[in-house]
Amino acid sequence: MDISVRQLGKKYAAVAALHDIDLDIASGELIALLGPSGSGKTTLLRAIAGLEPIDSGRILFGAIDATRLSVQERQVGFVFQHYALFKHMSVLDNVTFGLRMRKRATRPPRAEIRRRGLELLTLVQLDGIADRYPNQLSGGQRQRVALARALAIEPSVLLLDEPFGALDAKVRKELRVWLRQLHDETGYTTIFVTHDQEEAMDLADRVVVMNAGEIEQVDTPAMIARQPKTSFVAEFIERKAGHADMSGAPSRA
Amino acid sequence: MARRYRSALSDPAAARWLLIAVTLGFLGVFLLLPLVIVFVQAFLQGVGTYWRALADADTRAAIRLTLLTAAIAVPLNTLFGVAAAWTVAKFEFPGKNLLTTLIDLPFSVSPVISGMVFVLLFGAQGWFGPWLSEHDIKIVFALPGIVLATTFVTFPFVARELIPLMQAQGTEEEQAAMTLGAGGLRTFWHVTMPNIRWGLFYGVLLCNARAMGEFGAVSVVSGHIRGFTNTLPLHVEALYSDPGEYSAAFAVSSLLALLGFVTLMLKNFLEWRHGDELAALRGKG
Repeated sequence: MDISVRQLGKKYAAVAALHDIDLDIASGELIALLGPSGSGKTTLLRAIAGLEPIDSGRILFGAIDATRLSVQERQVGFVFQHYALFKHMSVLDNVTFGLRMRKRATRPPRAEIRRRGLELLTLVQLDGIADRYPNQLSGGQRQRVALARALAIEPSVLLLDEPFGALDAKVRKELRVWLRQLHDETGYTTIFVTHDQEEAMDLADRVVVMNAGEIEQVDTPAMIARQPKTSFVAEFIERKAGHADMSGAPSRA
Repeated sequence: MARRYRSALSDPAAARWLLIAVTLGFLGVFLLLPLVIVFVQAFLQGVGTYWRALADADTRAAIRLTLLTAAIAVPLNTLFGVAAAWTVAKFEFPGKNLLTTLIDLPFSVSPVISGMVFVLLFGAQGWFGPWLSEHDIKIVFALPGIVLATTFVTFPFVARELIPLMQAQGTEEEQAAMTLGAGGLRTFWHVTMPNIRWGLFYGVLLCNARAMGEFGAVSVVSGHIRGFTNTLPLHVEALYSDPGEYSAAFAVSSLLALLGFVTLMLKNFLEWRHGDELAALRGKG
């Protein structure tokens, strides 16, 4: 589904957290919101989900004005940074939660819910752990459970907050490749937040570079690397790339 | 033979035994001994006297009143406590600190004062006294007063157990439930409640123990009418001040002691079985 953000504004106390944000995302795109902490990227993601009230502007899901819709009505698949799995539920119950919470009229029968849950666990390559509990899983497994749970409601858009932030470097790289494949298979419009330049450039179709509540540049990774529009973008990309060099990772420059 | 080395973390044996002896001695004198005395005195004149004291009409009335009072006060405070903890832990609003302080008020005020407040409000000479007597409503020296005083005094238990627990758990799971389409009530039942149930049970347990054992506040509002407005603790005192019913006083006391014992057992069981969840609560509380 196309997602459009128009003139979106948000203030904390008197400070602008988001300042007149305009953004158009095409159906099926994989978009990275990239920026330092405090740049407003997470606030923007949460505003799209309806988890963060906004002060001005509009959010469109396709032809529908979603600005006034509740979180529940927006049907977004949200993957939280620390996954926010339901601790007291088995993996399968976590994944099927969205289906089980539907109103009786639209709720699939029990066997069907179970079948879809198991199917999603296969999709995220977690067969055979349906009956385990979140505290028995590794970080990478938890992340994939969170993803399966978000996919279960057949979301209008998939939103991921620092999806790899809590994982160690090796797992992070593996999951990155895997997420790209999953996106290409399922075709959901996907927006993810990251402060890691390499991650954004590697994974996304287009990167939205944010700073101090404003969008600095929206472009493909190649264009951002080749023609940074502002000095901030140039500096942010370069500094991070330099950092990646020092840590031994291959530079993209 | 190789010499055995003492672990760097263990104290010398003598110090260890001394500490254990002091602790056990203290527990013995201040906790175990009084408990034993209660039961010894209760059975001093034989099992027959014990049962007669418990079967006495006034005692049974006191038991009924205590159970009824707890049956009203504890559910009310469970409801209030969950609502208050929810408000404080999951929302930001001006005056939040004041509200948290107010929740603790019943703990910081002497129970006698708590009782006096209700007499001043609802007593014959109180603010609402004339209006109440006009409409023939009795609050003070009757069941409503006792329930009010008990509810007031035991209000903080549930809220205080839940606030640190809910704060530690944050709101992410609730937010996740909302994005998955669950409304407020379903989110509460399916996500929040399972996460706080043992802490809640713990709070209810303590609330109940206090509701049944409360003396001060209830004493002020009850009027001490034997067989009518005496709860168990008040009944114990009434019996105790009557030289002929000394044993009966201890017999009834043994019921309260038993309540305390069962509460402690349940509490320990909870800590043993669900220690992880309660640790969050103890760590912050």
